[in-house]
Amino acid sequence: MGMREKIEAAAGRYPDRRSAIMPALLIAQKEHGHLPGPVLEEVADVLGVERIWVYELATFYTLFHTEPVGMFHLQLCDNVSCMLRGAEALLAHMEAVLGIGKGGTTSDGLFTLSTVECLGACEMAPVMQVGDDYHGDLDVARIDTLLDHLRRAGSGVPLAPRAGA
Amino acid sequence: MSERVLLRNVDVPDGHLISAYEAGGGYRALAKALREHTPDEIIELVKNSNLRGRGGAGFPTGMKWSFVPKQANKPKYLCCNADEGEPGTFKDRIIMERDPHQLIEGMAISAYAIGAETAYVYVRGEYVLAIRRLEQAIAEAHAKGYLGTRILGADFNFTVHVHCGAGAYICGEETAMLDSLEGKRAQPRLKPPFPAVAGLYASPTVINNVETLVCVPHIVSRGADWFRGIGPDKSPGPKLYCVSGQVRRPGLYELPMGIPLRELVDEHAGGALQGRKVKAVIPGGVSASVIPESGLDVRMDFDSLAAVGSMLGSAGVIVIDDTTCMVKVATRIVEFFHHESCGKCTPCREGLNWVFKVLRRIEAGQGAPDDIEQLQGLCKGIFGNTFCALGDGAAMGLRAALAHFEHEFTAHIEEHRCPFH
Ligand SMILES: Cc1cc2nc3c(=O)[nH]c(=O)nc-3n(C[C@H](O)[C@H](O)[C@H](O)COP(=O)(O)O)c2cc1C
Ligand code: SF4
Ligand code: FES
Repeated sequence: MGMREKIEAAAGRYPDRRSAIMPALLIAQKEHGHLPGPVLEEVADVLGVERIWVYELATFYTLFHTEPVGMFHLQLCDNVSCMLRGAEALLAHMEAVLGIGKGGTTSDGLFTLSTVECLGACEMAPVMQVGDDYHGDLDVARIDTLLDHLRRAGSGVPLAPRAGA
Repeated sequence: MSERVLLRNVDVPDGHLISAYEAGGGYRALAKALREHTPDEIIELVKNSNLRGRGGAGFPTGMKWSFVPKQANKPKYLCCNADEGEPGTFKDRIIMERDPHQLIEGMAISAYAIGAETAYVYVRGEYVLAIRRLEQAIAEAHAKGYLGTRILGADFNFTVHVHCGAGAYICGEETAMLDSLEGKRAQPRLKPPFPAVAGLYASPTVINNVETLVCVPHIVSRGADWFRGIGPDKSPGPKLYCVSGQVRRPGLYELPMGIPLRELVDEHAGGALQGRKVKAVIPGGVSASVIPESGLDVRMDFDSLAAVGSMLGSAGVIVIDDTTCMVKVATRIVEFFHHESCGKCTPCREGLNWVFKVLRRIEAGQGAPDDIEQLQGLCKGIFGNTFCALGDGAAMGLRAALAHFEHEFTAHIEEHRCPFH
């Protein structure tokens, strides 16, 4: 299914097409990596809704990215339960190893580093989400192994962020 | 009681598949409900069970259902609140990942009771595995005739759709969730009208938490008296407790409502880490006020926790030990609420911004002698003056931290540094 068909399928689940903006944005972001202006306009056009509605949601919700992010988005939870289990030290470690600060992207486009609010997996704190996957019970050694693994998975694939057209 | 009811399938291999669910007796409650009970009888049964909502507020579920008008010329909706953004909470995720059919069965019976043909499960977008498992389970249930038209031969049609959230804590507030489902920015609505009368697309709508809904099949199978026999009569039932933080065995525990917090932390979760002592516990997610170690004999139910000025909330139990600075914890919690404030009302939006600034400077050892007074004043300005419970929860939590641990705040101000560093 192409993006249009997927968005149409999502729209079919609601009595009002405006409700399908969120699902459509998620579909578009999967397709394009992030949500630049032209993609937002395409979403509005496919759904036949006001463009302003689409812009509004793309900027309100934190999971939508209007700017490109690295191939692997490292999202470390630093809310209370993770903080109590050492998330701060892990953040400092990743900043040092990757040479970027919170919110930064490595120059090879592989990693973007962010802190996020509770991921709802505090039983395995400290936790980090990378793409679709949760990684829990983290310590410095596990972080190093994970970063190595991602670096290897990332090489061989084009390194630039999967930007839109 | 150590029988696991709500969690009976979570450790079963492939427990998320319909074959495993059926093998454990799954969907028999739905069959029983459709064959033996009218919708009104199900509402009566749930009323009699004294089931109270597990999403945080503890509102009686049967009563909420009974507010839905019987005659309505609009379709009715059931919304399952699976946004689970309250820090310290992870119970709904585990249910959806490992036992999604239990939720589908709970929704089907609840929808039958209120007369809804469509349900939306609002799942936070980060829960990718839960979303995948739910979608797979919905497809399986359709194939087996537990969803769809004329379910199990009865005059009952019902479909479930998954709606992915996109990262905003406020979407967990039920009316903000409705706006989000309608494709708007999530902001709480003015009540009344209550959702039961005019909710999603201005239609009668019931919103229930995941854990609330999964209690329903068991009430149908085993009866209201069984449910009420577990824990306190006014706040009964099996309960999921999410234990995290500085404790030996963090995890999800199913135990009766009303067990002492101390028993949960010390016996079930193994107590403090090696060589440390428990200093305080947050019993119901960060919206709930912190309880100092001396108060841990409190029972974990809606009324007992409210009586000591805290709340059961989402039962996200966060254990804090004696190596941790309470100013740091309080500052992080306020930072969360400040970040997640939807901006609709000034006391929350501006008030929390100020509170966060003052707390940050106290934490950094740059607090002024009258800063604690300032914080008290700011809390007073926020509490009771906000549009939804987010702002109130933030102010209440900070007040409790100040009441029980003022000496730590004072030490930061007087010593110009954090005594824990
Ligand atoms: C700021 C805020 C966040 C909330 N977050 C959630 C949540 O993540 N999950 C939930 O079930 N209820 C949450 N609630 C409570 C809901 O508004 C609502 O009371 C609940 O979903 C009703 O279901 P119940 O009666 O089954 O508990 C939140 C409330 C507020 C004020
Ligand atoms: S209290 Fe905060 S979150 Fe709630 S409506 Fe007001 S600004 Fe929004
Ligand atoms: S606080 Fe980090 S997952 Fe909950």
